[in-house]
Amino acid sequence: MAQLLSPLPGTFYRKPAPDKPSYKNDGDKVAKGDVIGLIEVMKSFTEVRADAAGKIKFLVDNEEPVMAGQALAEIG
Amino acid sequence: MAIAKLLIANRGEIAVRIIRAARELGIRTVQVHSAADAEMLAVKMADEAVNIGPPHAAKSYLNIENILKAARDTGADAVHPGYGFLAENAGFADAVEAAGLVFVGPRGDSIRVMGDKVAARVAAEAAGVPVVPGSDGRVDDPEQAKHIAMAIGFPIMIKAAAGGGGRGIRIAHDMTEFETLMPQASAEAKAAFGDGGLYIEKVIERARHIEVQILGDGTRAIHCFERECSLQRRRQKVWEEAPSAVLPQSIREKLCASAVALAEAVNYRGAGTLEYLYDDVTHHFYFIEMNTRIQVEHPVTEMITGIDLVREMIRIAGGAPLSIRQKDVKMHGHAIEVRINAEDPAKNFQPAPGTVTALRVPGGPGTRFDTMLYQGYQVPPFYDSLLGKLIVWDETREGAIARMRRALDELEVEGLSTTKPLHQLLARDASVAKADFHTRWLEPWLEANAHRLNS
Repeated sequence: MAQLLSPLPGTFYRKPAPDKPSYKNDGDKVAKGDVIGLIEVMKSFTEVRADAAGKIKFLVDNEEPVMAGQALAEIG
Repeated sequence: MAIAKLLIANRGEIAVRIIRAARELGIRTVQVHSAADAEMLAVKMADEAVNIGPPHAAKSYLNIENILKAARDTGADAVHPGYGFLAENAGFADAVEAAGLVFVGPRGDSIRVMGDKVAARVAAEAAGVPVVPGSDGRVDDPEQAKHIAMAIGFPIMIKAAAGGGGRGIRIAHDMTEFETLMPQASAEAKAAFGDGGLYIEKVIERARHIEVQILGDGTRAIHCFERECSLQRRRQKVWEEAPSAVLPQSIREKLCASAVALAEAVNYRGAGTLEYLYDDVTHHFYFIEMNTRIQVEHPVTEMITGIDLVREMIRIAGGAPLSIRQKDVKMHGHAIEVRINAEDPAKNFQPAPGTVTALRVPGGPGTRFDTMLYQGYQVPPFYDSLLGKLIVWDETREGAIARMRRALDELEVEGLSTTKPLHQLLARDASVAKADFHTRWLEPWLEANAHRLNS
């Protein structure tokens, strides 16, 4: 199990837009480089990509505040 | 009903600004805040503070139910929405009044009319205010579109009626291009929005952004002259001044009179701003939209007129008629505001939240710094990047720019990156000194000067 850490402090989003489905759901297989969420810092959005391949389990909910370095998900 | 206790449904520097105005009027203040903002300056300054929810704005600063509950629990009798968040939400204005409270701003119906681009355009035309020439509403028939294009002249912008945020916009420079682009634009709009409807508008190529500050009491309205905000990056204003350096007096009078006519036509109450595009070659101005709230850049108007706009809007909301007559509104000198944002100009303006480890605030003659900062303050990452506004005034524009250079050199914010280096360069730029700019001037300038911002 590798932990995927937030690169930035801000708000974590699991969807590209409020009316869209989540990028990934718990248990989905992800490839390295897949977008799994967004971090909003002061109204600017940065994509978060998987840094490993495997099954993903999220540790943070949609629209939750996160700190830089906080674990967002486990991939393995 | 005079207001006794005002709830501030906002954060940051504007919350501080509103508390100052309220306190001078002898009004007690309630500051609402998110869980991430418990240490913000406005919370420390207000008489009372109420936590209204988690950091995410949708759950706190946009949570109407929690805000109204905070008002009830604290016995507040009025709500000031500031700018952004719920300031132009007609439903919020209605909900505040339905709860028996005073909304410091226009009636919900005024927000509704002026917030809708087509309805605002219709209201402007009815009041005799020039608008950007174009199709009044959507145009579906290609032959009719060609007729309108011929009448308004090229270049022409083709926009999706159902679009927004710049999507589906095309520019045609002549009729041949227009005939090619119309069907393309319609097909794209159909695919993107499920509606192929288009409208067309003349492109004002070298436009300056000029806006008129107005105050209304529901019956009468006055203007407080104009501001020019042509220096913009990604449609965000970065440098604002009052008055415009290029507006001839005869045009200023017409422009400001048109703003008053429109404000009175809609029985506007409170502070508002009418935004225009101004072509400095033809001297034509065109109404584009109205902001039904206090604006970030309001201090430059306060500096040249001596009117406290925030105090006046609170007094009007409390039921007082306008305390100022038009003939008593005088303009004196020149004021400039720059926005100090938590962004790193050396890294393409990447947001830079962090902790303020040291702070030195500029002072001296004609210098004002409206800010949310204090030493030790941790700037949260959840909201916009505005930290403060540095405002200077002097008798002349040249003097104001010199004063801005001096004040910027005095300002020290340690612990995070700010846009100060950008403003230091702008305040030394020859085109800025001559006011030789337009709304699309700054972005190419930033590219050309990237190396100077990187050092």
